[in-house]
Amino acid sequence: MKNVLEYLENTLPSSASKVCYRDKKTSVTFEEVYTDARSIGTFIARKTGGRRVPVVVFMPKKVQTVVAFLGAAYSGCYYVPMDSEMPASRIELIFGNLRDFIIIADKSATAAIEKMGYSDRSYLYEEAAECDIDDSLLAGIREKQIDTDPLYIVFTSGSTGAPKGVCACHRSVIDYIEQLSKILKVDKDTVFGNQSPLYTDACLKEIYPTLKFGAQAVFIPKMLFSFPVRLIEFLNGYKINTVCWVASALSIVSGLGTFDTVRPEHLRTVAFGSEVFPIKQFNKWRAVLPAARFINLYGPTECTGMSCYYEVDREFAETDAIPIGRPFDNTEIILLGDDKKEVAFGDVGEICIRGTCVTHGYYNNPEKTAECFIQNPLQNNYPELIYCTGDLAKYNEQGELVFVSRKDYQIKHMGYRIELGEIEIAAGIMQNVAMTAAIYLKDKQQIILFYTGDTEKDDLLAYLKEKLPRYMIPADIVKLAFLPQTANGKIDRVTLTKNYTEQLTRTEE
Amino acid sequence: MDKIIEMLLQLHPDLDVECDSLVDDGILNSIDVVTLVTEIFNEFDVTVPASEIVPENFNSASAIWEMVSSLMDE
Repeated sequence: MKNVLEYLENTLPSSASKVCYRDKKTSVTFEEVYTDARSIGTFIARKTGGRRVPVVVFMPKKVQTVVAFLGAAYSGCYYVPMDSEMPASRIELIFGNLRDFIIIADKSATAAIEKMGYSDRSYLYEEAAECDIDDSLLAGIREKQIDTDPLYIVFTSGSTGAPKGVCACHRSVIDYIEQLSKILKVDKDTVFGNQSPLYTDACLKEIYPTLKFGAQAVFIPKMLFSFPVRLIEFLNGYKINTVCWVASALSIVSGLGTFDTVRPEHLRTVAFGSEVFPIKQFNKWRAVLPAARFINLYGPTECTGMSCYYEVDREFAETDAIPIGRPFDNTEIILLGDDKKEVAFGDVGEICIRGTCVTHGYYNNPEKTAECFIQNPLQNNYPELIYCTGDLAKYNEQGELVFVSRKDYQIKHMGYRIELGEIEIAAGIMQNVAMTAAIYLKDKQQIILFYTGDTEKDDLLAYLKEKLPRYMIPADIVKLAFLPQTANGKIDRVTLTKNYTEQLTRTEE
Repeated sequence: MDKIIEMLLQLHPDLDVECDSLVDDGILNSIDVVTLVTEIFNEFDVTVPASEIVPENFNSASAIWEMVSSLMDE
């Protein structure tokens, strides 16, 4: 197998009339996906004249967007998901990075595209999907393609500076989907409930296993993640049995007491990742779904999605962290110290990843690529790139990998090396504290802690003074009803920091 | 009620304060709802329970105000 489209083509005979993808408005069968994607593929191939260029898919979260991704693959090109939710300045930077590209858009994006002056290379989805299919053209394209050709570029949020476009090939995605499907135990009866935006790598988890197994993926409207009772009712209504969500999306549901009103009825697999799942919230999910499998996933976009997994097999105390476990099959994790040597068992090191999952790097950005995609420092006999994640981890006594923190969450404060995550976990253990986030203001040399829940901040402060060494006590504690989130649902520390410093400036004035 | 309108205008300065489909039309996104619940907590000292965090209660300024009023009465 060398092309992800083979998943669709192999499944088609047995699943043609089955619903493949669904959103709140429409659904498409495997047959429709196959037909429309090949129409779009033919259309794009005629427009590009056979050149392999990025195809920007500028569409909101709906089933046609995924069909357009597959259409780009049929044309031998690679897709770049883009959503009008992204800030205009970021979109401009992405277009600048791509240089030569064409756009497939729906009507909602045409105004924005016109404003940026790209109308001459932009085509409507509806027009592309109506194109007559040219089978021999598509067959010729496929014959020339190899599995290291790119499938997509997704741009990472890049907390500082310009967005970086991670470029992944068919072979990496196939490797990922094969391993992930085994871990999630996907089969034809799987109904995914997708949470992540389509412009992140996270949605690979639903898009491709659905094609491989003739399963079904439901794209949940983003709005529902603000209305947790309705969200669970939606899961029940569509008999969704498998979710892979960021931990904070799960935490909001349990933290607001949603299960007093409604319970998920069909969920059998709950995968979570991208951030630490507070045990208190996790245990509420486990109590409400005693028969479900809970799987922690960890991995960077630069290695095609997820690279490590841990299926929960024991009880966790509130002071524990859920391990990230072990690498996927066909992937190796190396923990490197600052000296680029492997650390001793039990010591903290940077997670570095080796395997087919390692992507091609950042599109049109050799400098940034060279910073994190490096020659494996453990051998110098032949070229071999590994990816350095910037995440710190260690092995626990059971030999499982445990995430420690981002390299940049590790701060130096009053001469001590502090993990902000440790402060968050300590505060999160207190009764009636739901979610926590700690930031460090470098210029003021202050730790600030934000939390949600029913506890008063003086009580929380008193509690922390009992639990933490003095140098880890926050200079200020702020109670919020909700913690702000980024587009893909992680706690937005940048906004927390910005809001806090702005308020500080206002008070000082 | 004025306070609610003020909160909404802070989020969307060009918002039609009479609009009764703020959620249905996608004017309020999830971050806005999150912010409103936070602001309601800060301003009225009322925690909105999950059962009340439903689109109907956020579709208009008056719907939000009705929800807050009834929560304050409890």
